[in-house]
Amino acid sequence: MTAGARTPSAGGTGPEPASGGGGHALAAVGRVFSPLPGAIALFGEHVMLLLRALAWLFRRPFRLRLFLDQMEFVGVGSLAIIMLVGFFTGAVTSLQAILALSLFEQQRYVGFGVGVSLARELAPVFTALMITARAGSGMATELASMKITEQVDALTTFAVNPVQYLVTPRLVASALMLPVMAMVFNVVGLVGVYIVAIVSYQIDLGQVLALFRWGVDPIDYIQGLIKAFFFGVTMATCACYQGLSVRGGAKEVGLATTRAVVSSSVTVLVLDYFLIQIMNVLFPYGGG
Amino acid sequence: MVDELLTRNDRWQIRIRDLHKSFAAQHVLRGVTLDIERGKINIIIGGSGQGKSVLMKHLMGLLAPDRGQIVVDGQDIIGLSDVAIAKVQRKFGMVFQYAALFDSLNVVENIAFPLLERYRLPKKDVLARVRDLLVRLDLARVPGIEQKFPAELSGGMRKRVGLARALVDRPEILLYDEPTTGLDPIATKNVDEMIRRTADDFGVTSVVISHDMASTFRIADRIAMLYEGVIIANGERREIMAAPHPVLREFVETSGAVQLGRRPS
Repeated sequence: MTAGARTPSAGGTGPEPASGGGGHALAAVGRVFSPLPGAIALFGEHVMLLLRALAWLFRRPFRLRLFLDQMEFVGVGSLAIIMLVGFFTGAVTSLQAILALSLFEQQRYVGFGVGVSLARELAPVFTALMITARAGSGMATELASMKITEQVDALTTFAVNPVQYLVTPRLVASALMLPVMAMVFNVVGLVGVYIVAIVSYQIDLGQVLALFRWGVDPIDYIQGLIKAFFFGVTMATCACYQGLSVRGGAKEVGLATTRAVVSSSVTVLVLDYFLIQIMNVLFPYGGG
Repeated sequence: MVDELLTRNDRWQIRIRDLHKSFAAQHVLRGVTLDIERGKINIIIGGSGQGKSVLMKHLMGLLAPDRGQIVVDGQDIIGLSDVAIAKVQRKFGMVFQYAALFDSLNVVENIAFPLLERYRLPKKDVLARVRDLLVRLDLARVPGIEQKFPAELSGGMRKRVGLARALVDRPEILLYDEPTTGLDPIATKNVDEMIRRTADDFGVTSVVISHDMASTFRIADRIAMLYEGVIIANGERREIMAAPHPVLREFVETSGAVQLGRRPS
């Protein structure tokens, strides 16, 4: 690793800095950090959109129907895919856990191990990623096409604030429905565990259940659901931001959708790391 | 002079004075001064990127100018509060280039949207007003039109529904954003007639921005030309046709729509 000499810059034609050339080294450092102001500005714009959407939540008129429509879209609409992914996540994780635990002849711990994994990580993160792929992409596409066909401008001509009308319901619906869907994921995931461990591998149900009750606490579920709530906020903010900031034509709509899915997925995973750190302080593990 | 501008004028409904607007380094409007005549069809022509749409958005208070005045019925609309500007906006209806109907709402919900957002009216009154407009705009004869979604309508029908939505709150001023762009000659003629008839039947002031010369000379009462951010020609259609500004002459003759100012007869 040579310090700061090589940056994978797009052009790649810049002169390689000679060793010890202070000016060159500084320029190289500058190149490394050059996307930073843009990234900070982008982050700031996301936060601004989020704050505006929250502020509009408390101002009249309250359009209940828009909230319910979005909750149906994010929640009910994602039910089938969440159940499918939840079942196989539980089943596959159980298979792997049984293989590992069989080294110690401790397969009965499968319910505990997979139960905790589902509650704390797998359910909230996979739910967020699946709903991003399904509902987040849908939101970005819908808002982007509304933007380029001037429907967003049309709203303003009727003195309707586009953030209040379009973003706030999506944000609230996602924040509320993601925890619900994560809980569905948990339940169906445990069905997957049951099918693999009890039905297929014929591990003793009584022992699996006893260890599950001993090892999995309500706080594990609460942590997972709190994370899912924040993932919902993140997903809706990324999707709406990309949708509303589109300019141009049909091609841009596709790009906005791609950007929404990528930025939302990445942000969910990064945010997950920090949320775990925060929760570890708030609810130290193994307290029960 | 200022006092005269800020009193209601029977002839001029909208009065624009020295309007400036820049976006970053781009100075789009460079001192636009223009009067819009009440009850007439006022057409603003100009090439692409000359600031026509920007000017239109200023009229409705959707954009704030850097400098200048816009007076609607004697009221300066620059710097009004949200509530006050919303009240001024009720005088306007806007017909968008591609109608801009809400995809997720059907025809009736689209047309009723401004009423439902602005007032608390009984459902049957709203429906009655919507149905009245469907009849007057020749849409009622399309079977099942009320429950159709925008995606199921033809371009011309969508434009009519967009007009109905703009008219439903009984505006005094209708703004049309390039109404004939992308239409074939027959559809263009239909839209021209629609604008003419709407102006006559509903008694509204129409402001049309366009670069369609043939349409402009067919239906305009007044013509103004926006060029490089200022109005370079402005007057009644006959005046404009008789003694056109050189830029306007070039614009019109390149389009091949009409011969200006040198008719053999």
